Amino acid sequence: MQYTAAMAIDIAAAVIANRPLSNDYNVLSLAAPEIAGIASPGQFVMLKASRRHDPLLRRPFSVFEVLRDRRGEPSGITILNKRVGVSTGLLYEAQAGQHVDCLGPLGHPFLAVDPPTEAWMVAGGVGLAPFALLAQLLRERDVTSVLFYGARNARELFYLDFFQGLGVELVLTTEDGSRGERGRVVAPLERRLAVRPRDAAVMIYACGPEGMLAATAKTAARHQRPCQVSVERIMGCGLGGCYSCVVPMRGDDGRKHHVRSCISGPVLPADQIVWDF
Amino acid sequence: MDLSVQIGSLRLKNPLIAASGCFGYGVEYADTVDLSLLGGIAVKGLFLAEREGHPPPRIVETPAGMLNAIGLQGIGVHRFIDEKLPELRARGATVIVNICGTTIDEYAEVARILSDADGVAALELNISCPNIKEGGITFGCSLTGTFDVVSAVRQVTRLPIIPKLTPNVTDVASFARASEEAGADAVSLVNTFLAMVIDVETRQPKISNVLGGLSGPAIRPIAVRMVYECHETVKIPILGMGGIADARDALEFMIAGASAVQVGTANFVDPLIWPKLLDGLSDYMKRHQIARIRDLVGTLDTPKTVAEKSST
Repeated sequence: MQYTAAMAIDIAAAVIANRPLSNDYNVLSLAAPEIAGIASPGQFVMLKASRRHDPLLRRPFSVFEVLRDRRGEPSGITILNKRVGVSTGLLYEAQAGQHVDCLGPLGHPFLAVDPPTEAWMVAGGVGLAPFALLAQLLRERDVTSVLFYGARNARELFYLDFFQGLGVELVLTTEDGSRGERGRVVAPLERRLAVRPRDAAVMIYACGPEGMLAATAKTAARHQRPCQVSVERIMGCGLGGCYSCVVPMRGDDGRKHHVRSCISGPVLPADQIVWDF
Repeated sequence: MDLSVQIGSLRLKNPLIAASGCFGYGVEYADTVDLSLLGGIAVKGLFLAEREGHPPPRIVETPAGMLNAIGLQGIGVHRFIDEKLPELRARGATVIVNICGTTIDEYAEVARILSDADGVAALELNISCPNIKEGGITFGCSLTGTFDVVSAVRQVTRLPIIPKLTPNVTDVASFARASEEAGADAVSLVNTFLAMVIDVETRQPKISNVLGGLSGPAIRPIAVRMVYECHETVKIPILGMGGIADARDALEFMIAGASAVQVGTANFVDPLIWPKLLDGLSDYMKRHQIARIRDLVGTLDTPKTVAEKSST
């Protein structure tokens, strides 16, 4: 694990577009070519929703998509935002033309696999965010990919066409059963793992609510499959300065250590995290 | 234009210091910021041994501020010297090490170890962290405790020593005086204000430690007042801090009596703030025809001094 942050670029990024997906979710497009050009799947940016002192701190967001201009050059990024508090509320209502301070790309990305290893992505709600870029990268590598995607209801399952267009197999669940299987996303993952031949390699990637991540990590461990999780923590700075975003992890010494998810993560090996719920 | 300031025997190239607890060990920022640009870096508080700190959640945002209770997670003084100090040295950083202790002996031991290390410019004594039960603030909230810690460290080091004072006392200036009498070269203030945020839906505190320290622009006017009071009381230099978010805020502290300033929370919001602050100070000096920024320190023009001027 590396304890020094990557070089971060701060851009007063113009809002190119703000597309609502539902009453809570939107996709915000930001003009940030310098960040778009170097962002890897799983990395994040710190956005400041207000240019004043309230709200004060930035908030972390996975880089959702990389936008490209007509020549194919990276021109910006999008973020998948879910309105839960003051900052996310402001970003939900952001207007085209306004500027948002955007610092990044930050953190350690997912480690992509190569064939014949399959990639199984497990997303819960807004935890879909890092998987658009990862799915594109996996497609470039000809990796067979599955997306296990759970949401509250059918109206909150987004970008299904996007993933299908990349040849990703979709396994959907909703809490109310309005689309796909009713229940939690880890259930179909568990069944698929149970019947997968031992010599058929698979890498599990997960992002979503804490309980889902813990359940996914336990399922992966039970089936002895490697698993990378992208964690979300209350984060003050994104660069390792404040020690707010720590995750308890087992060190080489066997003891529990608080590890900063901003610079050692946000993508972390699931089997080293202490899931004490 | 001369931006340098003098803190005891220590000359800083400019008055801008990264505040302890808000800049990691400095090396985290080495690829983002030219560390040699800063007047100094007060690294995260160090005990003798490693500490894991409090469980998360450790921060919560408040109006124009934030509450933290990290619990002084840290790698301990030995690992700091082995793993962080060489890079800080190589990057040309002026390193102020913030030291902690659960006992007076621990402060003295950490100070002694750091005095033998290569590349430590000064020691800041953390006697003001509001978030740990043992040590620290126990000394910082007692005049004799403050005097005793400073005296003990004074006996083991020739490095400039700078006690960092808590605002959670009735009269912070008396703690500055106790520090001065015990042989401190300067004082830094303020640490965070003890505070609390409750989630009314769950009736739970928003951070695991229940109480935390408030920082950010919300506290700035109180911090300026306390720096002013200390400047009226002691002769040693003051490192002022509390909610500085731009050059004007820094200047406010200097006019109130701070010889240098520390910037903490604002670094979270904008890690590239340092060159902007430097530019802001330079612009001000040009506009006000100030050749040496240290001439600005404590130049508050109060109604009383105005009256004296007009009567002469």
